[in-house]
Amino acid sequence: MVAAGLNLLIKKRDMAKENYRKERIDRCIKARSDDIYAISSKNEILYLLFPRVIPIAALGIIALISPLYWQKVIISACIFAMLAVSWDFLSSCGMLSLGQALFFGIGSYIAGILNHYLNLPFYITIPVATISGGLLSTILLLPVVRLRGIYFAMVTLILPLMLMRGIEATRIFGGNEGITGLSPFPNIWVELIIIITAMWVTLFALRRFISSDYGLIFVSIRDNDRATMASGINIYAFKAQALFIGSCICAFCGAFMTHSYMFTGIPVFTMEFSILPIAASAIGGIGSLAGPLLGAFVLVPLSEILREFGTLRVVFYGLVLVICVVALPEGIFHYLSRKYNEMERWVKIE
Amino acid sequence: MAILEIRNLTKSFGGIKAVDDVSVDVHENTLLGIIGPNGSGKTTFVNMITGFIRPDKGSVRFKGKELIGLTPYKITNMGIGRAFQMVKPFFHLPAFKNIIVPLSSDRVKATKGGGFGDKDAIALDILEEVGFERGSSVPYKTASVLPHGYLKRLELARLIALKAEVLILDELFSGLSIAEVTSIVPIIEKLLVEGKTIIMIEHRLKELFRIADNVIVFNFGKKIKEGKPKEILEDEEVKKAYLGVEV
Repeated sequence: MVAAGLNLLIKKRDMAKENYRKERIDRCIKARSDDIYAISSKNEILYLLFPRVIPIAALGIIALISPLYWQKVIISACIFAMLAVSWDFLSSCGMLSLGQALFFGIGSYIAGILNHYLNLPFYITIPVATISGGLLSTILLLPVVRLRGIYFAMVTLILPLMLMRGIEATRIFGGNEGITGLSPFPNIWVELIIIITAMWVTLFALRRFISSDYGLIFVSIRDNDRATMASGINIYAFKAQALFIGSCICAFCGAFMTHSYMFTGIPVFTMEFSILPIAASAIGGIGSLAGPLLGAFVLVPLSEILREFGTLRVVFYGLVLVICVVALPEGIFHYLSRKYNEMERWVKIE
Repeated sequence: MAILEIRNLTKSFGGIKAVDDVSVDVHENTLLGIIGPNGSGKTTFVNMITGFIRPDKGSVRFKGKELIGLTPYKITNMGIGRAFQMVKPFFHLPAFKNIIVPLSSDRVKATKGGGFGDKDAIALDILEEVGFERGSSVPYKTASVLPHGYLKRLELARLIALKAEVLILDELFSGLSIAEVTSIVPIIEKLLVEGKTIIMIEHRLKELFRIADNVIVFNFGKKIKEGKPKEILEDEEVKKAYLGVEV
Protein backbone atom coordinates (compact mmCIF):
# COMPACT_ATOMS: atom_id res chain seq x y z
CA MET A 1 0.00 0.00 0.00
CA VAL A 2 2.81 2.34 0.90
CA ALA A 3 4.57 1.44 -2.33
CA ALA A 4 1.41 2.15 -4.35
CA GLY A 5 1.09 5.51 -2.65
CA LEU A 6 4.68 6.36 -3.42
CA ASN A 7 4.20 5.36 -7.05
CA LEU A 8 1.20 7.64 -7.29
CA LEU A 9 3.23 10.49 -5.86
CA ILE A 10 6.05 9.93 -8.34
CA LYS A 11 3.56 9.78 -11.22
CA LYS A 12 1.95 13.02 -10.12
CA ARG A 13 5.34 14.68 -9.88
CA ASP A 14 6.35 13.51 -13.36
CA MET A 15 3.08 14.73 -14.84
CA ALA A 16 3.63 18.09 -13.26
CA LYS A 17 7.05 18.25 -14.85
CA GLU A 18 5.59 18.46 -18.36
CA ASN A 19 5.03 22.16 -17.94
CA TYR A 20 8.34 22.72 -16.28
CA ARG A 21 11.90 23.08 -17.41
CA LYS A 22 15.21 22.66 -15.63
CA GLU A 23 17.11 25.76 -14.64
CA ARG A 24 20.64 25.99 -13.33
CA ILE A 25 20.96 27.67 -9.99
CA ASP A 26 23.99 29.77 -9.35
CA ARG A 27 25.21 28.35 -6.05
CA CYS A 28 28.17 30.73 -5.97
CA ILE A 29 30.77 28.00 -5.99
CA LYS A 30 31.74 27.42 -9.58
CA ALA A 31 35.25 26.16 -9.34
CA ARG A 32 34.64 23.08 -7.29
CA SER A 33 36.18 19.69 -7.69
CA ASP A 34 35.61 16.93 -5.19
CA ASP A 35 37.45 18.59 -2.38
CA ILE A 36 38.76 21.90 -3.57
CA TYR A 37 36.69 24.89 -2.66
CA ALA A 38 37.49 28.26 -4.11
CA ILE A 39 36.20 30.79 -1.63
CA SER A 40 36.35 34.28 -2.95
CA SER A 41 33.19 36.08 -1.95
CA LYS A 42 30.91 36.70 1.00
CA ASN A 43 28.17 34.66 -0.63
CA GLU A 44 30.38 31.62 -0.91
CA ILE A 45 31.41 31.86 2.72
CA LEU A 46 27.75 32.12 3.71
CA TYR A 47 26.92 29.16 1.50
CA LEU A 48 29.47 27.03 3.33
CA LEU A 49 28.76 28.38 6.81
CA PHE A 50 24.97 28.18 6.71
CA PRO A 51 24.57 24.40 7.12
CA ARG A 52 27.18 24.39 9.88
CA VAL A 53 26.22 27.42 11.94
CA ILE A 54 22.45 26.89 11.90
CA PRO A 55 22.47 23.48 13.64
CA ILE A 56 24.99 24.68 16.22
CA ALA A 57 22.95 27.79 17.00
CA ALA A 58 19.64 25.91 16.97
CA LEU A 59 20.84 23.27 19.41
CA GLY A 60 22.30 25.94 21.67
CA ILE A 61 19.03 27.90 21.78
CA ILE A 62 16.87 24.82 22.29
CA ALA A 63 19.13 23.67 25.13
CA LEU A 64 18.86 27.12 26.70
CA ILE A 65 15.07 27.40 26.70
CA SER A 66 14.08 23.77 27.32
CA PRO A 67 12.73 22.58 30.66
CA LEU A 68 14.99 20.37 32.75
CA TYR A 69 13.46 17.12 31.49
CA TRP A 70 14.15 17.99 27.86
CA GLN A 71 17.61 19.24 28.72
CA LYS A 72 18.29 15.74 29.99
CA VAL A 73 16.95 14.38 26.72
CA ILE A 74 19.33 16.63 24.80
CA ILE A 75 22.24 15.32 26.88
CA SER A 76 21.18 11.76 26.13
CA ALA A 77 20.84 12.60 22.42
CA CYS A 78 24.32 14.12 22.43
CA ILE A 79 25.76 10.98 24.00
CA PHE A 80 24.11 8.74 21.42
CA ALA A 81 25.12 11.15 18.66
CA MET A 82 28.77 10.83 19.69
CA LEU A 83 28.49 7.04 19.84
CA ALA A 84 26.96 7.09 16.36
CA VAL A 85 29.66 9.40 15.00
CA SER A 86 32.26 7.06 16.46
CA TRP A 87 30.51 4.06 14.87
CA ASP A 88 30.44 5.80 11.50
CA PHE A 89 34.12 6.73 11.82
CA LEU A 90 35.05 3.11 12.52
CA SER A 91 32.93 1.93 9.60
CA SER A 92 34.65 4.51 7.36
CA CYS A 93 37.87 2.72 8.27
CA GLY A 94 36.45 -0.67 7.33
CA MET A 95 35.68 -1.82 10.85
CA LEU A 96 32.10 -2.90 11.36
CA SER A 97 31.56 -2.59 15.09
CA LEU A 98 28.63 -4.06 16.97
CA GLY A 99 30.21 -3.19 20.28
CA GLN A 100 30.11 0.52 20.98
CA ALA A 101 28.84 -0.62 24.39
CA LEU A 102 32.29 -2.14 25.07
CA PHE A 103 34.10 1.19 24.66
CA PHE A 104 31.28 3.02 26.38
CA GLY A 105 31.16 0.64 29.33
CA ILE A 106 34.92 0.59 29.84
CA GLY A 107 35.00 4.40 29.95
CA SER A 108 32.08 4.43 32.33
CA TYR A 109 33.62 1.90 34.71
CA ILE A 110 37.01 3.61 34.75
CA ALA A 111 35.40 6.95 35.64
CA GLY A 112 33.22 5.29 38.26
CA ILE A 113 36.12 3.44 39.88
CA LEU A 114 38.37 6.50 39.94
CA ASN A 115 35.60 8.57 41.48
CA HIS A 116 34.40 6.01 43.99
CA TYR A 117 37.66 4.52 45.25
CA LEU A 118 40.05 7.47 44.77
CA ASN A 119 37.55 10.33 45.19
CA LEU A 120 38.81 12.09 42.08
CA PRO A 121 36.63 14.92 40.72
CA PHE A 122 34.95 14.71 37.31
CA TYR A 123 37.43 17.02 35.57
CA ILE A 124 40.13 14.44 36.25
CA THR A 125 38.15 11.19 35.89
CA ILE A 126 36.65 12.07 32.50
CA PRO A 127 39.95 12.84 30.69
CA VAL A 128 41.69 9.87 32.34
CA ALA A 129 38.79 7.54 31.49
CA THR A 130 38.73 8.82 27.90
CA ILE A 131 42.39 8.08 27.21
CA SER A 132 42.80 4.92 29.29
CA GLY A 133 39.42 3.59 28.13
CA GLY A 134 40.51 4.11 24.53
CA LEU A 135 43.83 2.39 25.20
CA LEU A 136 42.24 -0.54 27.02
CA SER A 137 39.62 -1.09 24.29
CA THR A 138 42.28 -0.94 21.60
CA ILE A 139 44.46 -3.46 23.42
CA LEU A 140 41.46 -5.77 23.92
CA LEU A 141 40.62 -5.67 20.21
CA LEU A 142 44.19 -5.61 18.92
CA PRO A 143 44.30 -9.39 18.30
CA VAL A 144 41.25 -9.15 16.04
CA VAL A 145 42.05 -6.09 13.88
CA ARG A 146 43.16 -8.61 11.29
CA LEU A 147 39.59 -9.87 11.00
CA ARG A 148 37.28 -8.27 8.49
CA GLY A 149 33.59 -7.49 8.25
CA ILE A 150 31.26 -9.78 10.12
CA TYR A 151 34.05 -11.63 11.96
CA PHE A 152 35.29 -8.43 13.55
CA ALA A 153 31.67 -7.49 14.30
CA MET A 154 31.08 -10.79 16.09
CA VAL A 155 34.01 -10.26 18.44
CA THR A 156 32.96 -6.70 19.26
CA LEU A 157 29.44 -7.95 19.94
CA ILE A 158 30.56 -10.66 22.33
CA LEU A 159 33.18 -8.77 24.36
CA PRO A 160 30.78 -6.40 26.22
CA LEU A 161 28.47 -9.31 27.04
CA MET A 162 31.46 -11.25 28.41
CA LEU A 163 32.53 -8.30 30.57
CA MET A 164 28.96 -7.87 31.79
CA ARG A 165 28.62 -11.49 32.90
CA GLY A 166 32.19 -11.46 34.25
CA ILE A 167 31.43 -8.53 36.54
CA GLU A 168 28.15 -10.14 37.57
CA ALA A 169 29.79 -13.43 38.45
CA THR A 170 32.91 -12.16 40.23
CA ARG A 171 31.02 -9.34 42.02
CA ILE A 172 33.90 -6.93 41.49
CA PHE A 173 33.18 -3.18 41.33
CA GLY A 174 29.80 -3.56 42.97
CA GLY A 175 28.80 -6.58 40.93
CA ASN A 176 25.14 -6.55 39.98
CA GLU A 177 24.34 -3.34 41.84
CA GLY A 178 27.15 -1.37 40.32
CA ILE A 179 28.70 1.70 41.89
CA THR A 180 26.23 4.31 43.13
CA GLY A 181 26.44 7.75 44.69
CA LEU A 182 29.15 9.09 42.42
CA SER A 183 29.82 12.81 42.45
CA PRO A 184 27.55 14.71 40.04
CA PHE A 185 28.31 17.75 37.89
CA PRO A 186 27.88 21.09 39.72
CA ASN A 187 24.77 21.94 37.69
CA ILE A 188 22.91 21.16 34.46
CA TRP A 189 24.57 24.04 32.57
CA VAL A 190 28.06 22.63 33.07
CA GLU A 191 26.77 19.29 31.85
CA LEU A 192 25.15 20.80 28.75
CA ILE A 193 28.17 22.91 27.86
CA ILE A 194 30.61 19.99 28.20
CA ILE A 195 28.62 17.48 26.16
CA ILE A 196 27.45 19.85 23.41
CA THR A 197 30.94 21.28 22.94
CA ALA A 198 32.47 17.81 22.94
CA MET A 199 29.96 16.63 20.35
CA TRP A 200 30.56 19.46 17.88
CA VAL A 201 34.32 19.29 18.36
CA THR A 202 34.27 15.54 17.73
CA LEU A 203 32.15 15.90 14.60
CA PHE A 204 34.13 18.69 12.95
CA ALA A 205 37.52 17.37 14.01
CA LEU A 206 36.76 13.90 12.62
CA ARG A 207 35.32 15.30 9.39
CA ARG A 208 38.45 17.34 8.89
CA PHE A 209 40.69 14.47 9.86
CA ILE A 210 39.12 11.99 7.49
CA SER A 211 39.46 14.31 4.51
CA SER A 212 43.14 15.01 5.23
CA ASP A 213 45.89 13.07 3.47
CA TYR A 214 46.38 11.06 6.65
CA GLY A 215 42.67 10.29 7.05
CA LEU A 216 42.54 9.31 3.41
CA ILE A 217 44.44 6.14 4.25
CA PHE A 218 41.64 5.06 6.61
CA VAL A 219 39.10 5.43 3.81
CA SER A 220 41.35 3.51 1.44
CA ILE A 221 41.48 0.60 3.91
CA ARG A 222 37.69 0.40 3.83
CA ASP A 223 37.64 0.60 0.03
CA ASN A 224 40.26 -2.06 -0.46
CA ASP A 225 42.57 -3.35 2.22
CA ARG A 226 44.67 -5.50 -0.14
CA ALA A 227 45.41 -2.60 -2.44
CA THR A 228 46.30 -0.47 0.59
CA MET A 229 48.77 -3.15 1.69
CA ALA A 230 50.14 -3.24 -1.84
CA SER A 231 50.63 0.51 -1.53
CA GLY A 232 53.11 -0.08 1.27
CA ILE A 233 50.79 0.87 4.13
CA ASN A 234 50.74 -1.10 7.39
CA ILE A 235 46.96 -1.37 7.58
CA TYR A 236 46.96 -2.98 11.02
CA ALA A 237 48.75 -0.01 12.54
CA PHE A 238 46.25 2.33 10.94
CA LYS A 239 43.29 0.23 12.02
CA ALA A 240 44.59 0.26 15.58
CA GLN A 241 44.82 4.06 15.43
CA ALA A 242 41.27 4.30 14.15
CA LEU A 243 40.14 1.96 16.89
CA PHE A 244 41.83 4.15 19.49
CA ILE A 245 40.21 7.32 18.18
CA GLY A 246 36.79 5.69 17.92
CA SER A 247 36.92 4.09 21.36
CA CYS A 248 38.21 7.27 23.01
CA ILE A 249 35.06 9.05 21.86
CA CYS A 250 32.84 6.30 23.28
CA ALA A 251 34.84 6.12 26.51
CA PHE A 252 34.35 9.85 26.94
CA CYS A 253 30.59 9.38 26.58
CA GLY A 254 30.65 6.58 29.12
CA ALA A 255 32.64 8.60 31.64
CA PHE A 256 30.38 11.59 31.11
CA MET A 257 27.22 9.59 31.63
CA THR A 258 28.61 8.01 34.79
CA HIS A 259 28.84 11.44 36.39
CA SER A 260 25.59 12.61 34.88
CA TYR A 261 23.63 9.66 36.30
CA MET A 262 25.90 9.36 39.36
CA PHE A 263 25.97 5.63 38.68
CA THR A 264 27.88 2.94 36.83
CA GLY A 265 27.05 -0.73 36.62
CA ILE A 266 26.54 -3.59 34.21
CA PRO A 267 23.70 -1.81 32.29
CA VAL A 268 26.44 0.26 30.58
CA PHE A 269 27.37 -2.85 28.59
CA THR A 270 23.83 -3.42 27.26
CA MET A 271 23.09 -3.79 23.58
CA GLU A 272 21.25 -0.46 23.51
CA PHE A 273 24.54 1.40 23.35
CA SER A 274 25.69 -0.77 20.44
CA ILE A 275 22.52 -0.92 18.37
CA LEU A 276 21.05 2.58 18.68
CA PRO A 277 24.15 4.23 17.16
CA ILE A 278 23.84 1.89 14.17
CA ALA A 279 20.14 2.68 13.78
CA ALA A 280 20.96 6.39 14.02
CA SER A 281 23.62 5.98 11.33
CA ALA A 282 21.25 4.04 9.09
CA ILE A 283 18.50 6.65 9.12
CA GLY A 284 20.89 9.62 9.25
CA GLY A 285 23.15 8.50 6.43
CA ILE A 286 26.26 6.34 6.72
CA GLY A 287 29.62 7.71 5.69
CA SER A 288 29.15 11.40 6.36
CA LEU A 289 29.74 11.50 10.14
CA ALA A 290 27.15 14.31 10.32
CA GLY A 291 24.38 11.93 9.25
CA PRO A 292 24.62 9.64 12.30
CA LEU A 293 24.58 12.72 14.53
CA LEU A 294 21.40 13.91 12.86
CA GLY A 295 19.96 10.40 13.16
CA ALA A 296 20.59 10.32 16.90
CA PHE A 297 18.82 13.68 17.27
CA VAL A 298 15.82 12.19 15.48
CA LEU A 299 15.71 8.85 17.33
CA VAL A 300 16.35 9.88 20.93
CA PRO A 301 13.71 12.66 21.15
CA LEU A 302 11.32 10.47 19.16
CA SER A 303 11.69 7.74 21.75
CA GLU A 304 10.79 10.30 24.46
CA ILE A 305 7.75 11.61 22.57
CA LEU A 306 6.47 8.07 22.10
CA ARG A 307 6.71 7.38 25.83
CA GLU A 308 3.00 8.11 26.41
CA PHE A 309 2.04 5.19 24.16
CA GLY A 310 3.25 2.82 26.83
CA THR A 311 3.93 -0.66 25.51
CA LEU A 312 3.00 0.38 21.97
CA ARG A 313 6.03 2.69 22.01
CA VAL A 314 8.30 0.14 20.37
CA VAL A 315 5.75 -0.46 17.61
CA PHE A 316 5.56 3.20 16.63
CA TYR A 317 9.29 3.59 17.06
CA GLY A 318 9.88 0.67 14.70
CA LEU A 319 7.35 2.03 12.25
CA VAL A 320 9.12 5.39 12.04
CA LEU A 321 12.43 3.59 11.55
CA VAL A 322 11.04 1.49 8.70
CA ILE A 323 9.41 4.47 7.01
CA CYS A 324 12.67 6.44 7.25
CA VAL A 325 14.72 3.62 5.77
CA VAL A 326 12.21 2.90 2.97
CA ALA A 327 11.54 6.52 2.02
CA LEU A 328 15.12 7.78 2.37
CA PRO A 329 17.43 4.79 1.95
CA GLU A 330 20.41 7.08 1.45
CA GLY A 331 19.76 8.71 4.85
CA ILE A 332 18.33 12.02 5.92
CA PHE A 333 21.64 13.83 5.84
CA HIS A 334 22.60 12.73 2.33
CA TYR A 335 19.14 13.75 1.13
CA LEU A 336 19.36 17.20 2.69
CA SER A 337 22.92 17.69 1.50
CA ARG A 338 21.96 16.72 -2.04
CA LYS A 339 19.04 19.14 -2.02
CA TYR A 340 21.18 21.92 -0.57
CA ASN A 341 24.00 21.48 -3.06
CA GLU A 342 21.71 20.88 -6.02
CA MET A 343 22.68 22.91 -9.03
CA GLU A 344 19.37 22.61 -10.86
CA ARG A 345 15.70 23.14 -10.11
CA TRP A 346 12.37 22.89 -11.91
CA VAL A 347 10.75 26.14 -13.00
CA LYS A 348 7.37 26.62 -14.64
CA ILE A 349 7.23 27.50 -18.33
CA GLU A 350 5.22 30.64 -18.80
CA MET B 1 73.55 -11.12 -9.98
CA ALA B 2 69.84 -11.54 -10.26
CA ILE B 3 67.72 -8.93 -8.48
CA LEU B 4 65.12 -11.58 -7.61
CA GLU B 5 66.20 -15.16 -6.96
CA ILE B 6 63.24 -17.48 -6.69
CA ARG B 7 64.03 -21.02 -5.57
CA ASN B 8 61.80 -24.11 -5.35
CA LEU B 9 58.61 -22.17 -4.71
CA THR B 10 55.79 -24.62 -3.92
CA LYS B 11 52.20 -24.13 -2.82
CA SER B 12 49.35 -26.63 -2.55
CA PHE B 13 45.69 -25.87 -2.05
CA GLY B 14 44.22 -29.07 -0.65
CA GLY B 15 45.46 -31.79 -2.94
CA ILE B 16 46.16 -29.51 -5.89
CA LYS B 17 49.67 -28.27 -6.41
CA ALA B 18 49.03 -24.70 -7.55
CA VAL B 19 52.72 -23.95 -7.91
CA ASP B 20 55.15 -26.84 -8.02
CA ASP B 21 58.85 -26.34 -7.38
CA VAL B 22 59.42 -23.25 -9.52
CA SER B 23 62.84 -21.59 -9.64
CA VAL B 24 63.50 -18.43 -11.64
CA ASP B 25 66.15 -15.74 -11.73
CA VAL B 26 64.92 -12.27 -12.59
CA HIS B 27 67.74 -10.03 -13.76
CA GLU B 28 67.90 -6.34 -13.12
CA ASN B 29 66.38 -4.05 -15.73
CA THR B 30 64.77 -6.82 -17.78
CA LEU B 31 61.20 -7.62 -18.55
CA LEU B 32 60.14 -11.12 -17.63
CA GLY B 33 56.93 -12.39 -19.16
CA ILE B 34 54.91 -15.14 -17.51
CA ILE B 35 52.43 -16.99 -19.69
CA GLY B 36 50.37 -20.10 -19.24
CA PRO B 37 46.80 -21.39 -19.44
CA ASN B 38 44.17 -20.26 -16.94
CA GLY B 39 44.67 -21.86 -13.54
CA SER B 40 48.29 -22.76 -14.20
CA GLY B 41 49.47 -20.95 -11.06
CA LYS B 42 50.74 -17.64 -12.41
CA THR B 43 48.83 -15.42 -10.01
CA THR B 44 49.56 -17.71 -7.05
CA PHE B 45 53.24 -17.48 -7.97
CA VAL B 46 53.07 -13.67 -7.90
CA ASN B 47 51.03 -13.71 -4.69
CA MET B 48 53.81 -15.66 -3.01
CA ILE B 49 56.51 -13.23 -4.14
CA THR B 50 54.50 -10.25 -2.84
CA GLY B 51 53.63 -11.89 0.46
CA PHE B 52 49.88 -12.28 -0.01
CA ILE B 53 50.21 -16.07 0.14
CA ARG B 54 52.77 -17.94 2.19
CA PRO B 55 54.42 -20.76 0.23
CA ASP B 56 54.73 -24.29 1.60
CA LYS B 57 58.33 -24.42 0.54
CA GLY B 58 60.97 -22.37 -1.20
CA SER B 59 62.64 -19.01 -0.96
CA VAL B 60 62.48 -15.63 -2.68
CA ARG B 61 65.49 -13.37 -2.35
CA PHE B 62 65.37 -9.73 -3.34
CA LYS B 63 68.90 -8.28 -3.60
CA GLY B 64 69.98 -11.12 -1.32
CA LYS B 65 67.29 -10.51 1.32
CA GLU B 66 64.76 -13.23 2.06
CA LEU B 67 61.14 -12.17 1.41
CA ILE B 68 59.25 -15.25 2.57
CA GLY B 69 57.59 -14.57 5.90
CA LEU B 70 57.37 -10.83 5.43
CA THR B 71 54.00 -9.07 5.25
CA PRO B 72 52.87 -7.55 1.93
CA TYR B 73 53.38 -3.98 3.11
CA LYS B 74 56.98 -4.69 4.12
CA ILE B 75 57.72 -6.30 0.78
CA THR B 76 56.12 -3.34 -0.99
CA ASN B 77 58.23 -0.96 1.06
CA MET B 78 61.37 -2.83 0.00
CA GLY B 79 60.57 -1.87 -3.58
CA ILE B 80 58.45 -4.62 -5.08
CA GLY B 81 55.23 -3.12 -6.41
CA ARG B 82 52.33 -5.16 -7.62
CA ALA B 83 49.34 -4.38 -9.83
CA PHE B 84 46.27 -6.53 -9.44
CA GLN B 85 44.56 -8.48 -12.18
CA MET B 86 41.15 -7.39 -10.91
CA VAL B 87 41.58 -3.64 -10.60
CA LYS B 88 41.54 -2.56 -6.99
CA PRO B 89 41.26 1.21 -6.87
CA PHE B 90 39.91 3.07 -3.85
CA PHE B 91 36.47 3.56 -5.32
CA HIS B 92 35.30 6.30 -2.98
CA LEU B 93 38.33 8.49 -3.59
CA PRO B 94 39.07 10.76 -6.56
CA ALA B 95 41.71 9.37 -8.92
CA PHE B 96 44.51 11.66 -7.73
CA LYS B 97 43.72 10.87 -4.08
CA ASN B 98 44.25 7.21 -4.95
CA ILE B 99 47.89 8.09 -5.57
CA ILE B 100 48.21 9.89 -2.23
CA VAL B 101 47.95 6.51 -0.48
CA PRO B 102 51.17 4.99 -1.92
CA LEU B 103 52.81 8.41 -1.59
CA SER B 104 52.15 8.10 2.17
CA SER B 105 53.98 4.77 2.44
CA ASP B 106 57.14 4.50 4.51
CA ARG B 107 59.21 3.92 1.39
CA VAL B 108 58.24 7.14 -0.37
CA LYS B 109 58.28 9.15 2.85
CA ALA B 110 61.84 8.04 3.49
CA THR B 111 63.01 9.15 0.06
CA LYS B 112 61.35 12.54 0.32
CA GLY B 113 62.30 13.46 3.84
CA GLY B 114 58.99 12.41 5.32
CA GLY B 115 55.86 14.11 6.51
CA PHE B 116 52.38 14.51 5.18
CA GLY B 117 52.72 17.57 3.02
CA ASP B 118 50.90 18.75 -0.03
CA LYS B 119 51.18 15.75 -2.28
CA ASP B 120 48.40 16.63 -4.71
CA ALA B 121 50.83 18.14 -7.21
CA ILE B 122 53.07 15.06 -7.19
CA ALA B 123 50.04 12.80 -7.59
CA LEU B 124 48.81 14.80 -10.59
CA ASP B 125 52.28 14.61 -12.20
CA ILE B 126 52.31 10.82 -11.87
CA LEU B 127 48.79 10.54 -13.28
CA GLU B 128 49.82 12.64 -16.26
CA GLU B 129 52.70 10.24 -16.83
CA VAL B 130 50.30 7.31 -17.21
CA GLY B 131 47.90 9.18 -19.45
CA PHE B 132 45.40 11.05 -17.30
CA GLU B 133 44.96 14.26 -19.25
CA ARG B 134 46.19 17.15 -17.19
CA GLY B 135 43.83 20.10 -17.04
CA SER B 136 40.85 17.90 -17.72
CA SER B 137 38.48 16.76 -15.01
CA VAL B 138 39.58 13.12 -15.31
CA PRO B 139 42.16 13.07 -12.48
CA TYR B 140 39.58 14.64 -10.14
CA LYS B 141 36.85 12.15 -10.88
CA THR B 142 35.90 9.55 -8.30
CA ALA B 143 37.49 6.22 -9.16
CA SER B 144 34.11 4.47 -9.24
CA VAL B 145 33.03 6.43 -12.34
CA LEU B 146 36.27 5.97 -14.30
CA PRO B 147 36.30 3.59 -17.27
CA HIS B 148 38.25 0.34 -17.06
CA GLY B 149 41.19 1.61 -19.10
CA TYR B 150 41.84 4.43 -16.67
CA LEU B 151 41.61 2.08 -13.69
CA LYS B 152 44.36 -0.06 -15.21
CA ARG B 153 46.46 3.07 -15.65
CA LEU B 154 45.72 3.95 -12.06
CA GLU B 155 47.20 0.59 -10.97
CA LEU B 156 50.35 1.44 -12.93
CA ALA B 157 50.41 4.94 -11.43
CA ARG B 158 50.31 3.41 -7.95
CA LEU B 159 53.50 1.47 -8.69
CA ILE B 160 55.20 4.53 -10.14
CA ALA B 161 54.25 6.53 -7.04
CA LEU B 162 55.80 3.80 -4.89
CA LYS B 163 59.07 4.18 -6.80
CA ALA B 164 59.07 0.39 -7.02
CA GLU B 165 62.23 -1.20 -8.40
CA VAL B 166 60.47 -4.38 -9.39
CA LEU B 167 57.02 -3.95 -10.91
CA ILE B 168 54.80 -7.00 -11.06
CA LEU B 169 51.95 -6.47 -13.49
CA ASP B 170 49.23 -9.11 -13.32
CA GLU B 171 47.37 -9.12 -16.65
CA LEU B 172 47.59 -5.38 -17.07
CA PHE B 173 46.29 -5.57 -20.64
CA SER B 174 43.24 -7.72 -19.94
CA GLY B 175 40.00 -6.07 -20.94
CA LEU B 176 41.73 -3.26 -22.82
CA SER B 177 41.25 -2.36 -26.47
CA ILE B 178 44.18 -2.57 -28.87
CA ALA B 179 44.37 1.23 -28.93
CA GLU B 180 44.57 1.33 -25.14
CA VAL B 181 47.26 -1.35 -25.06
CA THR B 182 49.36 0.48 -27.64
CA SER B 183 49.16 3.62 -25.52
CA ILE B 184 50.26 1.80 -22.37
CA VAL B 185 53.19 -0.11 -23.94
CA PRO B 186 55.34 3.07 -24.24
CA ILE B 187 54.83 3.73 -20.52
CA ILE B 188 56.20 0.27 -19.74
CA GLU B 189 59.09 0.78 -22.14
CA LYS B 190 59.87 4.09 -20.46
CA LEU B 191 59.97 2.35 -17.07
CA LEU B 192 62.48 -0.12 -18.50
CA VAL B 193 64.65 2.73 -19.76
CA GLU B 194 64.53 4.19 -16.25
CA GLY B 195 66.14 0.97 -15.02
CA LYS B 196 63.13 -0.79 -13.51
CA THR B 197 62.66 -4.53 -13.51
CA ILE B 198 59.28 -5.72 -14.69
CA ILE B 199 57.45 -9.03 -14.35
CA MET B 200 54.35 -9.30 -16.51
CA ILE B 201 51.70 -11.98 -16.43
CA GLU B 202 49.97 -11.69 -19.75
CA HIS B 203 47.58 -13.41 -22.12
CA ARG B 204 48.11 -10.86 -24.90
CA LEU B 205 51.13 -12.65 -26.32
CA LYS B 206 51.70 -10.45 -29.34
CA GLU B 207 52.18 -7.33 -27.26
CA LEU B 208 54.11 -9.17 -24.56
CA PHE B 209 56.58 -10.88 -26.89
CA ARG B 210 57.41 -7.55 -28.49
CA ILE B 211 58.70 -6.07 -25.21
CA ALA B 212 59.75 -9.10 -23.14
CA ASP B 213 63.41 -10.04 -22.64
CA ASN B 214 62.64 -13.45 -21.15
CA VAL B 215 59.51 -15.52 -20.97
CA ILE B 216 58.61 -18.40 -18.69
CA VAL B 217 55.71 -20.74 -19.36
CA PHE B 218 53.53 -22.28 -16.64
CA ASN B 219 51.40 -25.38 -16.99
CA PHE B 220 49.69 -27.17 -14.09
CA GLY B 221 51.83 -25.25 -11.61
CA LYS B 222 55.10 -26.29 -13.20
CA LYS B 223 57.52 -24.13 -15.12
CA ILE B 224 57.70 -25.99 -18.38
CA LYS B 225 59.91 -23.64 -20.35
CA GLU B 226 62.11 -20.59 -19.98
CA GLY B 227 63.77 -18.61 -22.73
CA LYS B 228 63.76 -15.73 -25.17
CA PRO B 229 60.37 -14.92 -26.71
CA LYS B 230 61.54 -16.32 -30.03
CA GLU B 231 62.56 -19.65 -28.55
CA ILE B 232 59.24 -19.92 -26.72
CA LEU B 233 57.30 -19.35 -29.90
CA GLU B 234 59.17 -22.13 -31.65
CA ASP B 235 58.98 -24.61 -28.80
CA GLU B 236 56.81 -27.65 -29.54
CA GLU B 237 55.94 -28.40 -25.89
CA VAL B 238 54.73 -24.85 -25.31
CA LYS B 239 52.63 -24.93 -28.43
CA LYS B 240 51.01 -28.13 -27.32
CA ALA B 241 50.40 -27.03 -23.73
CA TYR B 242 49.22 -23.55 -24.25
CA LEU B 243 49.24 -21.94 -27.60
CA GLY B 244 47.41 -24.76 -29.30
CA VAL B 245 47.67 -23.11 -32.67
CA GLU B 246 50.50 -21.17 -34.21
CA VAL B 247 50.71 -17.52 -33.24
